[in-house]
Amino acid sequence: MTKNIGARIKRKEDPKLLTGNGYFADDIQLPGMLYAAILRSPHAHAIIKSINIEKALEAPGVVKIYTGKDLEGKIGRIPSSWLVPDSNLKEAPQYPLAIDRARYVGDGIALVIGEGRYAVRDVLDLIEVEYEPLPVSVKQKDAMAENAPLVHDDIENNIAFHWKAGEVEDKDIDEAEVVLRASFNVQRVAPSPIETRSAIGEYNPGSGELKLWCSSQNPHIHRMVLSEVLNISESKLQVVVADMGGGFGGKIGVYPDEALVGYAARDLKRPVKWIEERNEHFSASNHGRDEVIDVELAGTKDGKLTALRVVNTANMGAYLSTMGPGVSTIDFGLMITGAYDIPKASCETFGVYTNTTPTDAYRGAGKPESTYQIERAISLFAKKIGMDPIEIRRKNFAKKEAFPYTNAQGLVYDSGDYEKPLNKALEMIDYKKLREEQEAKRKEGRLVGIGISTYVELCGFGPSAVAGAIGFQGGVWENSTVRVHPSGKVNVYTGTSPHGQGHGTTFSQIVSDKLGVPMEDIDFVFNDTRAISMGWGTYGSRSVAVGGGAVSIAADRLVDKAKKIAAHELEVSVEDIDLADGIFQVKGVPGQQRTFKEIAKSANFAWNLPEDIEPSLETQAFFDPSNFVYPFGTHIVVVEVDKDTGEIDLQRYLAVDDVGRVINPLTSEGQVHGGIAQGVGQALWEGIRYSETGQLQSGSFMDYAMPKARFFPRIETAFTETLSPVNPLGAKGIGETGTTASIPAVMNAVVDALEPYGVTDMEMPLTPEKVWQVIQKGRETN
Amino acid sequence: MIPTQFDYVRADSVKQAIELLQDSNGEAKIIAGGHSLLPIMKFRITEPGKLVDISRIAELKGVKIEDDRVIVGAMTTHYEVANDPIVKQNIPVLAEAASQIGDIQIRNRGTIGGNIAHGDPVADLPAPALALDAELIIEGEDGMEAMSVDGFTLGPLITLLPENSIVTAVSFEIPPSHAKSTYLKFFHHATGYPVVGVAAVTGVNEDGVIDYARVGITGVGEVSYRARAVEEALVGQKVSEEVIQAASELATTDGEMGSDLFASEQYRENLSKVYTARALKSVLL
Repeated sequence: MTKNIGARIKRKEDPKLLTGNGYFADDIQLPGMLYAAILRSPHAHAIIKSINIEKALEAPGVVKIYTGKDLEGKIGRIPSSWLVPDSNLKEAPQYPLAIDRARYVGDGIALVIGEGRYAVRDVLDLIEVEYEPLPVSVKQKDAMAENAPLVHDDIENNIAFHWKAGEVEDKDIDEAEVVLRASFNVQRVAPSPIETRSAIGEYNPGSGELKLWCSSQNPHIHRMVLSEVLNISESKLQVVVADMGGGFGGKIGVYPDEALVGYAARDLKRPVKWIEERNEHFSASNHGRDEVIDVELAGTKDGKLTALRVVNTANMGAYLSTMGPGVSTIDFGLMITGAYDIPKASCETFGVYTNTTPTDAYRGAGKPESTYQIERAISLFAKKIGMDPIEIRRKNFAKKEAFPYTNAQGLVYDSGDYEKPLNKALEMIDYKKLREEQEAKRKEGRLVGIGISTYVELCGFGPSAVAGAIGFQGGVWENSTVRVHPSGKVNVYTGTSPHGQGHGTTFSQIVSDKLGVPMEDIDFVFNDTRAISMGWGTYGSRSVAVGGGAVSIAADRLVDKAKKIAAHELEVSVEDIDLADGIFQVKGVPGQQRTFKEIAKSANFAWNLPEDIEPSLETQAFFDPSNFVYPFGTHIVVVEVDKDTGEIDLQRYLAVDDVGRVINPLTSEGQVHGGIAQGVGQALWEGIRYSETGQLQSGSFMDYAMPKARFFPRIETAFTETLSPVNPLGAKGIGETGTTASIPAVMNAVVDALEPYGVTDMEMPLTPEKVWQVIQKGRETN
Repeated sequence: MIPTQFDYVRADSVKQAIELLQDSNGEAKIIAGGHSLLPIMKFRITEPGKLVDISRIAELKGVKIEDDRVIVGAMTTHYEVANDPIVKQNIPVLAEAASQIGDIQIRNRGTIGGNIAHGDPVADLPAPALALDAELIIEGEDGMEAMSVDGFTLGPLITLLPENSIVTAVSFEIPPSHAKSTYLKFFHHATGYPVVGVAAVTGVNEDGVIDYARVGITGVGEVSYRARAVEEALVGQKVSEEVIQAASELATTDGEMGSDLFASEQYRENLSKVYTARALKSVLL
């Protein structure tokens, strides 16, 4: 029954949030609560010669100041959770506070605990640290050079790992008719959720239990990792996430800060609260991307691609973050051929330590980068041989009949029909006419560009055996419990945890359809490790595909049990019971029925149950999918560049996505809009900048430009539906598609617009001055 | 982001506010909407010991016409300025600029007096203020005085505002009735401030000759300026694209271009000329 699945239903979460009744970390006030502030290194690389806290200790309100040395042996190192195998991975130890050396601007130096948030902030200025600055390594390729300053003395050439997948021989490139060589820089960005990170610890000295509220996309991973770091049993550590204002990957990681707060709360036996400041976020929260990608794409003169060889040099920052190593290797390196059937492909990745903030998964995590290089390269290849960018794509698409399709590196794509969204997009935007208009405008001297991206991405991580094989230190299955109360009202517990995505709405639609109870009778519980036994969190667009699978199966099981009870009461066999709209009906006998509410009561009171049925109405499911899911689609962008100022006017943006079963078109469109805004942000505006000495130059929203509504046209969206065979809903992930598709689509459009000046590539973000300079240069050469 | 500790006092009258300033030995700062001051306090660029809040002083609000000038009370918000019928009818370029400041929240809190008195080189309002020959009405220890907005700002956040005094109103010249005006702005991607903002007020007589021209430029350097060279190149000329182009080439003559990570000096110079030309074309052609 699909009454709600597929319907445009408004988010259940919104009234609460829009009326100011959300409950965020900063709303939490506990009796006797202390506040934490963290002193951070102003140097990118320096020896910490001494730390003098005498003056600071005299400041009003100070309760305790910890330095790295104080905590040695008391808090464990913060580990990376993605130890990519066969990559000679060298994990440098990261301690919660730097002990003798600061390795990036933002590295924690001292922790101040005191009475009041303002007081502890002021105390930071009173701590005297004597630093001896050291030479720095900032850019990854420079950091790999001989004699480059070492971030960690024992890690040669700063190489954290070196990974390779696939085989392409020199002759595959050298002997090809056409070879496109390019180097793409996918710049570093800051996740910048509207709510910064936070941690609040509350310790119960009697029971030895520690409750830790923290900003986490995966509270159970935080529990697992922090129990080890803090040496506390998982059974005594509760991790809770309040309403959370976005994550975008920046809140996957287990950071030193959460460990520090948990430790201090236990040590001082008082609640401790830490809220990250916005400028702190720019240096102390993991960044995304920062990959230099060298591409060799070989093919024939008529546009058949034959080999792709890629080298990715990824900037890992000063330490390996929770997911960091997997991003530029597994996520990136196995998807380099994108939607195209290129017979030979290889990817070599160098992960490099530098004196910068660590990088981690950021919306799309590796897939936007891999999509960027192939979608840019294929468009450049087309230009090189004088072929339309659409035609070359069609020619090389993995064909519909080939699914499940195995790519050159052995990855099996679950389902796909790449022509479908492409054709729909071309029709919607009237591609032929668009090109004619472009031609006409070019003749008037206007710079109009059309960009296309026919992406595919991998998401919905599973099965767990694969996670193990690729070095992820955990599972990727999901967990859900459906609990029906005596009143017939329902609680659903899920291991995936929302922070803006709308799980409560989407999952309600699934459960409502299965049980036949109204949406408003279903309430969700998530984000609490005490309430939910286990879950692997929300990232990599996995919640509907994997978490939704668990919800769906748990609801099916519940229906099975309820039907048995109904059959027993109605004295018929289970096969004779139909469930529709919340009524258990004996087939063909009107009036012979039980309501869902009646059965809920029967099950919970257990006065009269069949012999083999246990009391209560509650079922649980653990779902481990058989494969990843691979959403795909076509995005088309039209831009006009202002010749005189270099300003880029985003005139049209069309997204046709195929994410399998669309549970809620309304929230799905929202996901697409947000994803696109974030990708366009990377292409046009956002960028973390470091000086040569490793100083962070874009440390606030005064310099770091976020996407703004005024810069966007109305985004046009549509869906095609090619179901996935790997989960019960047939759904694929949607959260990252927009970001993945849009970065190359926008770049392709701008480069197309600047074609009259012979432009083939530019460095993101495409600030107006950069574009203007290119036009000036082009004018001179022409 | 947390500022250093400070005291906060709300003044009920201009007189009381001035007294509070006098009593603070230079420690106090005036706060109105706070949208320029609070960010730099949070960055700890400025650390006033006391804030004197004048935003609720009723006498500082509102718009009126006096002696052929439009007088806008210093505490009139950007939203109010943008939507005021007197402003819209007599000096529409001010409303146009005010409506492009920041976002809705900022326009609801930020005030015209604060915007100009702060001396921020990238504020929007100095451009229309210069093009409308604005004067700041200042009240201080020795009474009232009027000060031209042209030359009021000496450098970033440095102005001629005398110690212990307050901008109580801004007075604008009403351009001749045949004049047309516009404010054209290139938004900074991060901040929404103008990288260049050009306010142009021009008039053309019955013979097609330009007889009135005022151009104010903001955002490009350390101080906003009146582009007198542009004005002089226009007045007395018959309107034509060539005249506008030639005049716009002089857009940087009266000002100094700045340079930062977002836009170099060379680029700002280009933007000043291009935006001046576009603004002039829109009012003259």
